[in-house]
Amino acid sequence: MKPKNQRLVLVAAAAAAVLAAVLLAMWGLRDQASYFYTPADVAAGKAEEGRAVRLGGMVESGSVRRQPDGVTIRFSVTDGQARTPVTYRGIVPDLFREGSGAVAEGRVVKGTFVADTILAKHDERYMPPELGNLAAERKAGKTLQR
Amino acid sequence: MHALANPARFLRIARPASSWLLAIGLALALGGMAAGLLLTPPDYLQGETVRILYIHVPSAWLGMAGWAGIAAASVSQLVWRHPLAAVAGRAIAPAGATFAALCLVTGSIWGRPTWGTWWEWDGRLTSMLMLFFLYLGYIALGSAERERGGEGRVTAIFGLVGAINLPIIHYSVLWWRTLHQGQSIGVTGSSIDNALLWPLPLTMFGFTCLFAAAVLMRMRAALAEAKIEARQRRMTQP
Repeated sequence: MKPKNQRLVLVAAAAAAVLAAVLLAMWGLRDQASYFYTPADVAAGKAEEGRAVRLGGMVESGSVRRQPDGVTIRFSVTDGQARTPVTYRGIVPDLFREGSGAVAEGRVVKGTFVADTILAKHDERYMPPELGNLAAERKAGKTLQR
Repeated sequence: MHALANPARFLRIARPASSWLLAIGLALALGGMAAGLLLTPPDYLQGETVRILYIHVPSAWLGMAGWAGIAAASVSQLVWRHPLAAVAGRAIAPAGATFAALCLVTGSIWGRPTWGTWWEWDGRLTSMLMLFFLYLGYIALGSAERERGGEGRVTAIFGLVGAINLPIIHYSVLWWRTLHQGQSIGVTGSSIDNALLWPLPLTMFGFTCLFAAAVLMRMRAALAEAKIEARQRRMTQP
């Protein structure tokens, strides 16, 4: 074998070994590296009571209730399998809205998620306001007939 | 590639290519940014902040493409001992680091009004920050090895191993739950509406041309420097 080909085989073997090692590590990290728990995880008891965790999912449509004190809100987060009630005292980001994604930082207290921070999570779709409103109206079944 | 192994031949092509790339890149990038700022509609959810897209996405692409270039140069140096490979790798690194930093900064500015935070340690953000640190490591290692008069083989190995971060960045939003949204543009199409999408290819291609122009100019400067050093060495020896 020519030295050039020897080096090629060596580099390819080393690259494959490194790739395999990293993929294994990533596979092992899969659960730990996730940024938040889902309501299904909370229902399964994966998020310990009182431990600081993040909860992510969709803000359930029609679930946001502002409390009489004006700064506390309650809503539920769902992932399609389970739902977790959340309470939060403070200002939410502009993009926080019903039917959209959100990530809450806080802890589970007696089945309710008490949030210290609320982050909005948006999806990968971008469109002009006309189309966006149309999509939202259609979703809510409120498209008016002309 | 081996046709370019001769630096004189490489320079004959690189000299006009860098000015052409610079001119085309400037025109496309400026045109695309102006279009993204003035002509496209705002997003239905995010409003005007969505315009950061036209800089953020090309920066992310070039930050990653830069390291892919470094990895290719590393392989061609380690396997074929291409005489320009080390020069190319060292020329790419600062440009790639600049775009990786630009991606992090624009992403942070974008994250504050949309997500409600400047920075979160989610999979996508963390792996992109790692890429930036890898660039800094590569630059430091490359200049240290060059000062000692090495061929840059250790740097090339580092460049090759660091490439493992690229699939991690790309798949981070698929493998893990992240705050960053999933990818918008795939092989099957785009979830960005055409009304908002069209300036993006302009800035993508424009910034890529500027990147290539910067790399070629840095390579020419490095070759000129090597020539001066060689000549000085010859003059001091009897």
